[in-house]
Amino acid sequence: MEETLLDIDMQEKEEYIINMGPQHPSTHGVLRFETCLQGEKVKYLIPHCGYIHRGIEKMCEHLTYPQIIHLTDRMDYLSAHINNEAVALCIENAMQVEVSDRVKYIRTIFAELTRIASHQLWWCAFGMDLGALTTFFYGLRDREKILDIFEETTGSRLTQSFNTPGGLMSDIHPNFQKRIKEFITYFRKKLPEYDQLLTGNIIFRERTKGIGMMTKEMAIDYGVTGPSGRGSGFHCDIRKIAPYSAYPFIKFNEITLTEGDTYSRYLVRIAEMWESLNILEQLVDNIPQGSTMLELKVIKAPKGEFYQRVETARGELGVYIVSDGGPSPARIKFRTPNFSNLFVINKLAAGHKIADLVAISGSLDLVIPDIDR
Amino acid sequence: MYDFTALIGSITNLLNETFSPFWAGLIMMVSLGVALLLFYAVLGLYLVYAERKICARMQNRMGPNRVGPLGIFQTIADLIKLLLKELIYIKNADNFLFNIAPFIVIVASIMAIGSIPFAKGLQAIDLNIGVLYILAISSMGVIGILLAGWASNSKYSVIGAMRSGAQVISYELSVGLALLCIITYAGSMQFSEIIASQQDGWWLFKGHIPAFIAFVIYLISGTAETNRGPFDLAEAESELTAGFHTEYSGIKFAFFFLAEYMNMFIIAAIATTMFLGGWLPFHLFQWHGFNRVMDFIPPVFWFFGKTAFIIYVMMWFKWTFPRLRIDQLLALEWKYLLPINLMNLILIAFLTLMQWHF
Amino acid sequence: MQAEELTNLIALWVPEQKPGISKQYPEFILPVEKLLEVMTLLKENSTTKMDYLFCLTAVDRKDGFHVVYHITSSEFLHSAVLRVILTDKVNPIVPTVCKIWRTAEYFEREVFDLFGIHFDNHPDLRRLFLEDDWIGYPLRKDYKDAFTLER
Repeated sequence: MEETLLDIDMQEKEEYIINMGPQHPSTHGVLRFETCLQGEKVKYLIPHCGYIHRGIEKMCEHLTYPQIIHLTDRMDYLSAHINNEAVALCIENAMQVEVSDRVKYIRTIFAELTRIASHQLWWCAFGMDLGALTTFFYGLRDREKILDIFEETTGSRLTQSFNTPGGLMSDIHPNFQKRIKEFITYFRKKLPEYDQLLTGNIIFRERTKGIGMMTKEMAIDYGVTGPSGRGSGFHCDIRKIAPYSAYPFIKFNEITLTEGDTYSRYLVRIAEMWESLNILEQLVDNIPQGSTMLELKVIKAPKGEFYQRVETARGELGVYIVSDGGPSPARIKFRTPNFSNLFVINKLAAGHKIADLVAISGSLDLVIPDIDR
Repeated sequence: MYDFTALIGSITNLLNETFSPFWAGLIMMVSLGVALLLFYAVLGLYLVYAERKICARMQNRMGPNRVGPLGIFQTIADLIKLLLKELIYIKNADNFLFNIAPFIVIVASIMAIGSIPFAKGLQAIDLNIGVLYILAISSMGVIGILLAGWASNSKYSVIGAMRSGAQVISYELSVGLALLCIITYAGSMQFSEIIASQQDGWWLFKGHIPAFIAFVIYLISGTAETNRGPFDLAEAESELTAGFHTEYSGIKFAFFFLAEYMNMFIIAAIATTMFLGGWLPFHLFQWHGFNRVMDFIPPVFWFFGKTAFIIYVMMWFKWTFPRLRIDQLLALEWKYLLPINLMNLILIAFLTLMQWHF
Repeated sequence: MQAEELTNLIALWVPEQKPGISKQYPEFILPVEKLLEVMTLLKENSTTKMDYLFCLTAVDRKDGFHVVYHITSSEFLHSAVLRVILTDKVNPIVPTVCKIWRTAEYFEREVFDLFGIHFDNHPDLRRLFLEDDWIGYPLRKDYKDAFTLER
């Protein structure tokens, strides 16, 4: 009798291996977990990436610096603005020019809006991962308001490419400040709904508390940054460690929790949305006057090596430019947050159930193009 | 008023007088079968429609609103689409079992519908062990799910099927015990007699707190038995893509889909019959005027109204709760629901013995 | 710890180190054979505690492959850049640091994938992004293929 594939696999290895991905609802993109199961329990898992590797770093070696910015949108598309900002800051830093305070304020406002929008989408998807389907529509409803603000000023909703070395592509729309203030009051009312729908739910708490424990040492060792790292008590907020743009001018708290489980990573992100609203409130009325674009004749980094760290919605983004003085970099390296955040998942998920694996990968908030670049 | 016994009886007599007993029985069976099938299909489609509208309402959406007024023909269009879709055959699947699985699932749910009393006399068959029959038949569905998962030769399907097996077998106990509470009160397994025993008040009200506990346990475990959220581990689309029906397409998938909704209806209908007085109208103390007005509403409306309410509650569960994990699901049954249920049953037996219920 | 102190400390440990060109962080060019020793000291010394490797990458320069380590201390927040230069462009080998910082394991796999630099004692040195049968190492300057974007 013809043996089925299933039989052969189980007889040979005595392991039940399933491939989660590259097309799977819970990997949020083309990522593959080669998961070895023992019943429902995950014995180990091997992440396979590269399905959306586009060689951005190689491409950048042949592009001029302003062109590079447009590629960075496509890495972590949910924090597109912050990626742009990182490259722009790095080039400005290399050329030793200082942008006006107006640019700094607008960049920071955009960055915080991006952070809220990104956390909203994460909240939607995290609820979906746990089987609470209604969260998706609550989050997207509110995210739409932010995207509308983006669209009005930049003309684009997701990949804005609004930064350029030396400033911004254009000045802000006259409605910009008004709409942000509207959004702040609107979202302050809507955020408690998030807690009512998901945070307080007994099933949700049972599913997330004590799942995927990550100690502080582990977070540092694996380089897990952003809300995922801060959920373990790792003080890794670049906005505090190495302030850039308008962050030195404002007061805000770095949100850290010490439990290190999926639930604390969840709480950190919810708290960050509140904190971002506070930051926006401090900034939106105080945008100074000034030009939004420096008059730079040529955009060339001088010979040397430059590194810029920024805090995206998912963690630390590093841009490392090695320049020979030409119009394009000799080598550019993006140290992306998701790349480091991904590989801890084997440690976190081993020994848990398959449903917990989904919860853990959801709580790490992975964006796959950011891993593969 | 609104008694169907005479109508059904006269039709039976007419058939018996016109044809020989064999043909009369055959015609009865065929016409009943066709009627139930039609009812099944229409009800299934509109449950799908209701679910889509209700979940849309809960999610700030419009729901289907293009095909027909308020989108009421959307599910019919979907059915036509599913009928016309290609059936995908899997190379290494066990084809016989693979093809038969959806039929087992759907036949189990069709058979269960036969003994549900929709109104006085409007019941295909009034078995004297009606409750037992429904429990037995509705738990047949899990065989179809297990077969579907196994025969698909897909790893996700097997996990889904195994989960479903563990889940349904566990929760079957709670469903049975919760119903046993009411059987103890009513002293019969026959649906018509259980309803008759609620003439002076529904068991939910006159059965003291134990009946209420049994009702809540029945709702929880009934939802679990239908594999619906938050207990939809067998499908768990974020974990197992679609669980046991991952490999099914077209009308075979539709069978699983329809069966899920009809199982929900059956669970709700039994809850109505056992706890909420079936097709009996709502009576309040000795308010004769009020009770008389209630009597004017036909029993079919009462039955479907109560059932719809319970279905709504089950949909409400699904669209607001996250999914449980398999060990939590089994712990909930074996560590909480089952012990509570057993204590509850002893209490009810005592209450019945002392004749303390109303 | 200030940059000067760090420079002195490293000069004490490895007299043969050379200061690097970066002005942003204190930078040290280390000989390959001393790399592991210095890294371990930097992580475990109570005054440095460089416990967080935030970037590891390679650069293809004329004098060889530079492997660049950006490290920082999560407690004292001081950073440093360490660099080894692999002059052998055909078969570059460098010891792995993934025993010191676990995050290096995947950075090193990426570098191996795109530069072909072998990391000694690495537990799982496979290609990370490209297919297993990919020929060549794309981020090397001498890499040529039909679809290159060079203009």
